[in-house]
Amino acid sequence: MRFSGFRVVKEALTGHKGWKPLWRDPDPQPAYDIVIVGGGGHGLATAYYLANTFDKPRVAVLEKGWLGGGNIGRNTTIVRSNYLLPGNQPFYEFSLKLWEGLEQEFNFNAMMSQRGILNLIHSDAQRDAYRRRGNAMLLSGADAELLDLAAVRDMYPFLNFDNARFPIRGGLLQRRAGTARHDAVAWGFARGADLAGVDLIQNCEVTGFRIENGTVKGVETTRGYVGAGKVGVAVAGSTTRVMEKAGLRLPIESQGLQAFVSEGLKPAIDGVITFGAGHFYISQSDKGGLVFGGDIESYNSYAQRGNLPVVEDVMECGMAMLPGIGRARVLRSWGGIMDMTMDGSPIIDRTPVQGLYLNGGWCYGGFKATPASGYTFAHLLATDTPHPVTTAMRLDRFERGHLIDEKGAGAQPNLH
Amino acid sequence: MIIPHPLLGPRDSQEFTIMGDAKLLARPDGLADGAEAAFFDYLYLRDNPAGLHRELWYHEQGDRSWLVVTRDTLTHEILGAELASDVARRLAEGAA
Ligand SMILES: Cc1cc2nc3c(=O)[nH]c(=O)nc-3n(C[C@H](O)[C@H](O)[C@H](O)COP(=O)(O)OP(=O)(O)OC[C@H]3O[C@@H](n4cnc5c(N)ncnc54)[C@H](O)[C@@H]3O)c2cc1C
Repeated sequence: MRFSGFRVVKEALTGHKGWKPLWRDPDPQPAYDIVIVGGGGHGLATAYYLANTFDKPRVAVLEKGWLGGGNIGRNTTIVRSNYLLPGNQPFYEFSLKLWEGLEQEFNFNAMMSQRGILNLIHSDAQRDAYRRRGNAMLLSGADAELLDLAAVRDMYPFLNFDNARFPIRGGLLQRRAGTARHDAVAWGFARGADLAGVDLIQNCEVTGFRIENGTVKGVETTRGYVGAGKVGVAVAGSTTRVMEKAGLRLPIESQGLQAFVSEGLKPAIDGVITFGAGHFYISQSDKGGLVFGGDIESYNSYAQRGNLPVVEDVMECGMAMLPGIGRARVLRSWGGIMDMTMDGSPIIDRTPVQGLYLNGGWCYGGFKATPASGYTFAHLLATDTPHPVTTAMRLDRFERGHLIDEKGAGAQPNLH
Repeated sequence: MIIPHPLLGPRDSQEFTIMGDAKLLARPDGLADGAEAAFFDYLYLRDNPAGLHRELWYHEQGDRSWLVVTRDTLTHEILGAELASDVARRLAEGAA
């Protein structure tokens, strides 16, 4: 389905009867060159780049529910490249550059808004740490600015600057960061993949792998067997459950993360702000709702919902940073299940099973990665070599001791 | 979530911190053959089940005991809790 100004006028005059679904709803073929498991942001982006950039059109995406109904439809939509380590930061900066051209690339309005992210600084030690991070960002080709107190006051005069325990001393600002419309990102990639010939197959759960002599031949699904030259798995919070069907145990625990949105308010917060003394971040959607979140739930869960202790913690952090939000009413909260790795960083790699590839371990930060994850996973699937910005994101890095541990927290997922 | 502490009775899980899979009680022997592979498995790999999970909780704001809690990861229902020291002792006796 394509759009044009002419089409909009024509449909308006003819009762909007000519609009068609954005993509086809095909039945699975007996076999494909490449099968992607998971129709979330990463799976759809992978299929999009495989067909459009790497010229591999005989691709199918198998999704157990509907397209974009997983974490891509549940996140708080923050896009940024303010990581520290050399194994991560070039990847996220590559992703941010793709975000900047994404709407032109797939010709769909993803409401990408580079409204900036400000990480607040509350102590001298934190300023040193953020200065180091800012320099790492600059070295990777990203933008970063260290703001003093006056500059932060100028941007957001309503913050709680003189909180006795957590006074605000400054901030690290990335102006090119921002937010995007999460659903539209999934839809844009889906439409672009469909137009290029990819079969997007919904209500099709992968229930097993057919593996012969250590090589994957295809997948068993609720809609029958589908043969495949290669299989790429991108199922986010379900990573371990799907990969155990191929006999793999992974350095991953599934945990819940909640998010919250308030009633619609007049424009007040025009960027993304993160609290530096606890886990809290906030932005305002174009509809006016304050969108905010905080810590993960800390325990293994597949329940797709969180518990009240984290709700309380998030609200307390919010009130400590921005007391003015105390009068806003929370409209909704929800949760998603994330694949937390043992070092807090993702995996894009081959697996010990020939022809089976893994894209997972995105923890709570995989939305910003969507375009680059799709691009680099497509690169790996198409060329059998890792893209230069993902060479550190190996599955065997835990065994070899080459972790990408941004926080230096060690092998405990709930600390990342 | 309410954790049935074996000594203190029902306690709010907010008083606890969680460390993860209770398999961490079974630390491999560092001098045995294949210790390197055993430690990789011990430190990094997890079953991550959808269903019953035995996990280590620490009563940080209580009596500072470690518990092994059995919990359903699909529903968050807690089915039981025992002192980790008891579980560790049973493990050691089983191994001896
Ligand atoms: C509350 C919340 C807030 C977040 N906020 C941010 C943020 O601000 N910024 C950021 O960068 N990231 C954020 N994230 C993380 C981000 O949403 C995820 O890392 C990312 O969406 C995961 O990749 P995905 O889009 O491919 O996942 P999903 O959309 O979850 O896609 C995986 C798909 O696989 C399918 N699947 C699973 N098992 C099978 C099977 N057996 N067969 C077929 N299909 C299967 C699922 O149905 C699902 O559609 C947040 C996450 C949550 C939950």
